Amino acid sequence: MSILTFLGGIHPEYQKDRSISEPLREPGFPESAVIPLSQHIGAPNEAIVKKGDIVEEGEVIGRSESFISSPVHSSIAGTVLDIKKTFHPSLGPAEAVFIQRDKTKEKKKYKVQDVDNFTSKELIEKIREAGIVGMGGAAFPTHVKLNIPENKSVEILIINGAECEPYLICDHSIMHRKTKEILQGIEIAIKILSPENVYIAIEDNKKAAVFAFKKAIKNAPYGLISKTKVVLMETKYPQGGEKQLIKAITGEEVPPGGLPLDIGFLVHNVGTIYAMYEAIYFNKPLTERIITISGDCLHRPGNYMVRVGTTLREIIDQYGIELYKKPGKIIFGGPMMGIAQPGTEAPVLKNTSGILFLSEESARVFKEEQCIRCAKCVDVCPVRLLPTEITKTVKKKYWDKAKELNISDCMECGSCSYVCPARIPLVQYIKEGKNGIAGK
Amino acid sequence: MDTKKLKITVSPHVFSAIDTKYMMKGVIKALLPAVAASLYFFRLQAAGIILASVAGTVCTELVLQLARKKQVRIGDYSAVVSGLLLAMVLPPSLPLWMCFLGGVVAIGLSKDIFGGLGSNIFNPALLARAFLMAAFPVALTTWVNPRGVDAVTTATPLALSKFEHIITSYPALFFGRVGGSLGETSALALLVGLAYLLYKKIIEYRIPVAFIGTVAIFAGVMKLLDPAGAAPPLFHVLAGGLLLGAIFMATDPVTSPVTKKGRWIFGIGCGLIAMIIRVWGGLPEGVMYSILLMNAVTPLINRVTRSKRFGEKNVK
Repeated sequence: MSILTFLGGIHPEYQKDRSISEPLREPGFPESAVIPLSQHIGAPNEAIVKKGDIVEEGEVIGRSESFISSPVHSSIAGTVLDIKKTFHPSLGPAEAVFIQRDKTKEKKKYKVQDVDNFTSKELIEKIREAGIVGMGGAAFPTHVKLNIPENKSVEILIINGAECEPYLICDHSIMHRKTKEILQGIEIAIKILSPENVYIAIEDNKKAAVFAFKKAIKNAPYGLISKTKVVLMETKYPQGGEKQLIKAITGEEVPPGGLPLDIGFLVHNVGTIYAMYEAIYFNKPLTERIITISGDCLHRPGNYMVRVGTTLREIIDQYGIELYKKPGKIIFGGPMMGIAQPGTEAPVLKNTSGILFLSEESARVFKEEQCIRCAKCVDVCPVRLLPTEITKTVKKKYWDKAKELNISDCMECGSCSYVCPARIPLVQYIKEGKNGIAGK
Repeated sequence: MDTKKLKITVSPHVFSAIDTKYMMKGVIKALLPAVAASLYFFRLQAAGIILASVAGTVCTELVLQLARKKQVRIGDYSAVVSGLLLAMVLPPSLPLWMCFLGGVVAIGLSKDIFGGLGSNIFNPALLARAFLMAAFPVALTTWVNPRGVDAVTTATPLALSKFEHIITSYPALFFGRVGGSLGETSALALLVGLAYLLYKKIIEYRIPVAFIGTVAIFAGVMKLLDPAGAAPPLFHVLAGGLLLGAIFMATDPVTSPVTKKGRWIFGIGCGLIAMIIRVWGGLPEGVMYSILLMNAVTPLINRVTRSKRFGEKNVK
C-alpha cells in the first residue's frame, strides 16, 4: 500500500504513544454545564430557554432560523441557572446557558430508529436538528456541507482520520472503537451525496485504525460501502488539512478562497461521521464527544468521553486529573493550532478535540531574533507562501504588498513558526496582517 | 489551580529544536574536518590565520554593536562562522594582520553596514577576500606547499592546469596534499562537512548539487570539444575552491534565494560564472566572484521565482 502525502509540512514530536493504549475513560456527568449558544461558524443562535427552566438531556436550548447555523442542546438534565456571557475557548466572552444538573436523572437512553426510508432531505434535516458541526476543528455546520447546490456534485468524498496534530488521539480512539458505526455513518453520507469514490484517509502512525477499517469494509454487508477505500497517509503535519488531504490523495488543488466542492470534493472528519451515525440511527444530538487530555504535566494522559459544556475547572476537579508539573500553558486543541487558555473557565465545545497541559519547558515562549533568510518557512509552507516575506510586509504595514503575496491563502497551520530558527512568530504576524487588511 | 502564570501566545505552542545558534554551531562543526586538515597540512600557519580572522570578525562585531548601542549578539556564533569561513579561503602564508583586517571588512563593510545578521547582500567572508585580493594581490596569490619543511612557494592545481597543463593526481586533490587556501585543499574533509550539514538539515541540497553539477557538465562539454587541452570534469570538481564555495559559501542562507527554484538558478549561475572565469578568464579560479555576483542578483531571483499560487490552476 503506497503512502500518500503533500509537499511541505513538518515532523514535530507526535507524543501520541503516551496515551494510545489507554482505555476510553467515561467519567459521567459534570455537576453543571456551561453551554455556549454558538458553537459553529455561521449565524449566532438565540436562547430558547430562560432562567429557571427545567431542561432535559438532549433538549434544544439555542437555535437560529438561518440555514447556516446549528442548534445547541443541553448535555445534561437540570435547571437553567442563568444565561450570561462567559469565557468561550476561542471567541473570548460569549453568551452561554448555565445548567445545574438534576442528580436524580439517569443518562438518557436513545432507541434505535428505522433508517431505511429516509430521503436525503430528511437525513440532512435530522443531522441539522442534532446540531452536528465539523468536529475536527472548524465547527462548520455539517448539514450545510452536505446540502449540495444543484450546479455542483461530489465526485470524491474523503473521510478525514489523519489526525496530524501532535498529542491528539481522539479520532484514533473512535476509529478503532467504532469502526462499524463509522462505516454506517459513511453509508449515510454516500446516500446523501452519491459520490463516485470514498476514501478514508489515515496517517501511517495509526495502523490499528487502518487494519480495523480494512477488515470491517471486507466484512461489511452494506452494498454502498463497497466504493470505500482506506488510504494510508504519511505521518506529517498538516496532513489532516482539508486542502493537503485532497492534494495528497488526488493531486488536485482547491482554488484560493474556494471550497473543495468547487472541484468536486468533500471532506468530513471521522468524529463528525460518527456523530451523524448517532443522529440518524438513534436520534441522538451532539451532546458528548471524545477528547484527548494529555501533555507532559499529566501522569495518565488519555481519551475521555466528555459532555459538551463541561468546564476545564470541572474536568480538573472531577476527573482526577493529576498534574505532577505546573503547567506553563493550557491549550484547547492541539499544540500546533490550539488556543492557549488564560484560566479554567472555558467549557468543552463540540469541536474541542483535546486539552493539553504543557509544562513550561515544552511550551517555551521565545524572544524573536533577526531573520537569517534561511527559507525554512518557505520550504515547509503547505500552500507555497513566502511567510518571511509576508511578515516583512506586515511589520511595515504594506497591506497591498501583503495581499500581493497572497496572505489570505494562509491557513495558519503554524508550520512556519515551528521551524523558524530565529523564533519569529510568523503566524502571529500573518494574523495581524489579515486583520490589518480587513481594517480592524 | 493557580492560573496566574499561564502563558498566552498565538499558536503554535511547540517549536523545532533548531534555532539560529544551533545552525551556526552546526556550520562550525561541519567545518571542523576542513579545519583539522588545514592544521595538519599547514600547522601553526593555519592556526594563526584562523585565530586572526576570527578575532577580526568577533572583535569588529562586538565593537560595532557596543558603539551603536545595539544588543550584543556575538553569542549567536554568526561572527565566528564568518571569521572561520574567511580563514578557510585565505592562503596559509598570509600575514596575520591582513587576516585580521579581512575580518574587520567582513563584518564592518559586508554585514553590519547593511543592518547586521540577515540583512547583508554579499557573503561576508567572500567580500572580505575580494577586498584583500584587490588590496594585496601578491600576498593573496602566494601559495606554499602543504607540510613543506620550509616555505617553498608552489602553484595551486588550477593554476598548474591553466598555465602549464599539468593535472594534479586525484588522490592528492581528494586527500589534500596540494597547494591552496586553508580550507580548499582536502575534498574529503569538505565532503564530510557536506554530509553533516545535509544530515542535520542545516543546508538544503539544491545549491551544492546545482553548482557542482553545472561545473561538472560544463567541464565535460569542454573536454568533449577539446579532449587534449581541457581538464577533466572530476578535476574541475575537486580542484580549487569549488567544494568549499558550493558547500559553505553559496549555501549561506542570508545571501542565497529563498525559493526552491531560485536555489537551482543560483547554483547553476554560480557554476556557469565560475567555469567561464576558469576556462576563459585571466584568473585560474572563479568561485569567489561567481558567488558574489550571484549574491547580487539574489533579490531579483527571489522576485521572479515565486511559486505558482496554491490552487491557481483550478480557478474557473
